[in-house]
Amino acid sequence: MSAGHAHAAARGHSAERAYAHQFDSAEHQHGAAQLGMWVFIAQEILFFGGLFVAYTVYRFMYPAAFAQSSHHLDVVLGSFNTAVLIASSLTMALAVHGAQLGKRWAQVIFLLATIFLGCVFLGVKTIEYGHKFHEHLIPGPNFLFDGDARHAQIFFSLYFVMTGLHALHMVIGIAVLGVLVWRAARGAYGSAYYSPVELTGLYWHFVDIVWIFLFPLLYLIGRH
Amino acid sequence: MTSTNYINADYGIWSWLLTKDHKRIAILYLVSITAMFLLGGLFALMIRLELLTPAGDLVSADTYNKLFTMHGIVMVFFFLIPSIPAVLGNFLIPMMIGARDLAFPRLNLASWYLFVVGALFALYAIFTGGVDTGWTFYTPYSTAAAHTNVIPAALGIFINGFSSILTGLNFIVTIHRMRAPGLTWFRLPLFVWAHYATSIIFILGTPVIAITILLVAVERAFHFGIFDPTLGGDPVLFQHLFWFYSHPAVYIMILPSMGIVSELITCFSRKVIFGYGFVAVSSMAIAVLGFLVWGHHLFLSGQSVYASLIFSVLSFLVAIPSAVKVFNWTATLYRGSIEFAAPMIYALGFIGLFTIGGLTGLFLATLGFDVHVHDTYFVVAHFHYIMVGGAIMGYLGGIHYWWPKISGRMYPEWPARIGAATIFVGFNLTFFPQFLAGYLGMPRRYHMYPPEFQVLNVMSTAGATILGVGYLLPLTYLLWSLRYGKVAPDNPWRATGLEWQTPSPPPTENFATTPVVTEGAYAYSDMHEAEFI
Ligand code: HEM
Ligand SMILES: [Cu+2]
Repeated sequence: MSAGHAHAAARGHSAERAYAHQFDSAEHQHGAAQLGMWVFIAQEILFFGGLFVAYTVYRFMYPAAFAQSSHHLDVVLGSFNTAVLIASSLTMALAVHGAQLGKRWAQVIFLLATIFLGCVFLGVKTIEYGHKFHEHLIPGPNFLFDGDARHAQIFFSLYFVMTGLHALHMVIGIAVLGVLVWRAARGAYGSAYYSPVELTGLYWHFVDIVWIFLFPLLYLIGRH
Repeated sequence: MTSTNYINADYGIWSWLLTKDHKRIAILYLVSITAMFLLGGLFALMIRLELLTPAGDLVSADTYNKLFTMHGIVMVFFFLIPSIPAVLGNFLIPMMIGARDLAFPRLNLASWYLFVVGALFALYAIFTGGVDTGWTFYTPYSTAAAHTNVIPAALGIFINGFSSILTGLNFIVTIHRMRAPGLTWFRLPLFVWAHYATSIIFILGTPVIAITILLVAVERAFHFGIFDPTLGGDPVLFQHLFWFYSHPAVYIMILPSMGIVSELITCFSRKVIFGYGFVAVSSMAIAVLGFLVWGHHLFLSGQSVYASLIFSVLSFLVAIPSAVKVFNWTATLYRGSIEFAAPMIYALGFIGLFTIGGLTGLFLATLGFDVHVHDTYFVVAHFHYIMVGGAIMGYLGGIHYWWPKISGRMYPEWPARIGAATIFVGFNLTFFPQFLAGYLGMPRRYHMYPPEFQVLNVMSTAGATILGVGYLLPLTYLLWSLRYGKVAPDNPWRATGLEWQTPSPPPTENFATTPVVTEGAYAYSDMHEAEFI
């Protein structure tokens, strides 16, 4: 990337400066923050990557048990949630757009919409988890499964870890969005400074994309 | 020492605990990491004392298992991995590239707190009964059988992992975006290149161990079967995931040290480093190749012969960039005007020990030989030559070299030279006999052994004692120098590099005006010498 950005010659400490002291300009700071977020997402890909590797290995080892198990996931709820998440990505993108244009209330409304959709997703997920609990599909001593229970347990272990970690990412995302709403309402973001909204958007889209992979892998493959 | 610098810019404990200055955060790390090193050293001492005699007379087998496990966990995760990046990298990278701070100072402070919280979890695990799985946490023992504090230890490592990840992220962004005008990539000090490569491993490797360790904790806590073979899981999968990180992790430990050695060798032989570009690129090559060789830890796990063959061949490839570095250092030394200052003694010691450690790595990567010495003291000697002989020699060399900059005081030269020599001698006496014991068949991780190995073990324990004294020496005289050492000039070694162009200790913003760089690193030419005389 760019090597020769110019450091500001003078070191003014003006109170209204909109960037931290280690940077030369607001653009400099924005560029650094953006690169930081992309590196963080690279890290996230590998974080989930370990789970995807485990999933792939066991899918090849126990294809029948995995196919059977995926029949116990609720495709209707899963599809509904997928739609909800895609919609939330749209509202998030609109919120970023609003921030860039300095439209305070459009921004707030779209951020709130994103939070709402995120909560719907988590609510549906909770219902699904509840079903699994009643059907004794939580791995461990009480696991019940008519079929290859030993290997179905592995499927459900992975199901809970993968979707659980995904849900945890959403909870964190929603908390961050909450802070953004509060600050956006007070006019913190505008065309000159919107990095936090943009970067949270990147994060949110990333979390959505993870689901876009999880849904077919867990719910759809091997179903007839 | 009357001018304002980062040490006296603010007073009080909170000014340190809430600081966003990369130099102060480096000091916080220095203190906490040193504490962990002392703890890990204490465990090491007890291990060596137990092995003084063939009988298991000092501690029980259970206690011994806990000792080597906790020694490994503390040393690897809480000392070796963070040591150079978090202390010297934090302190120096912004200064070396002419920046006022890292890109994300608050994140930097958060990394330190994550380190502390992770360490507290580990300490809790240690002091409420310990862990006995070995630092590798092999399943299913760690998930189904062990009755010790696996979960808190695992969580400690998980949390500490995020400290590493955030440090790596901060370094990558800083090196990309914060360089002073004129400081192009191929003018960067090799120390910075080494940390760039290390940061890539932090970003791409650490998340994998984090998720793996999390799976161990989940499996243990909720009886999820992912690695447990009685539930249909695959313990070898754990080994793959573990070593996918942990082999590159050994390069996290050694690459920063190599970066330091490059700085020391050029400075104390007063020559431009031979083949700068090769040394820089070899760091990147090591980082990349390091991700392709993890399978050499699984030769005896039942993986397929073809996989083993491929991993064996790939492992040999790593030797190429490593050798490039060693040859470049040697060529730099050739006809240099070498000065045997303490940091230089450490650097030369590093080259010797790293060469032995690296070559025995090649032995181990050879399938047949590994079958013979797998899980013996030969492996123990191999990795200590690299991790202790290599990584710690580099770390101490770097601490001495930059001590005047960090503390504003000179360390006393003669005690330092004696310390470096003591460590070198003690180290070899400790670990060389272990190659022999291992080759002759002494297995690792047992608290007793057949009497024919006693001579070698007595040598090793004697060496460890000398080594221990050697480590305590710098601790003593460096602390002493804080009060009584000579006040350091800005550039005591007449070195090139931006960090030497600012006062010792540096002011909070590092430079009064942002430096402009007009030439490559290490311009130790005659002309420059003339300037100093
Ligand atoms: C450069 C820095 C290196 C470091 C810090 C390092 C460190 C280590 C460590 C910690 C272990 C023991 C792991 C355990 O507890 O089981 C180990 C084992 C091993 N190392 Fe290295 N190593 C390095 C370089 C190499 C190289 C260059 C090679 C091959 C070319 C190599 C090949 C091996 C092999 C094959 C083993 C497994 C031995 C066995 O368990 O049978 N190492 N190394
Ligand atoms: Cu390895």
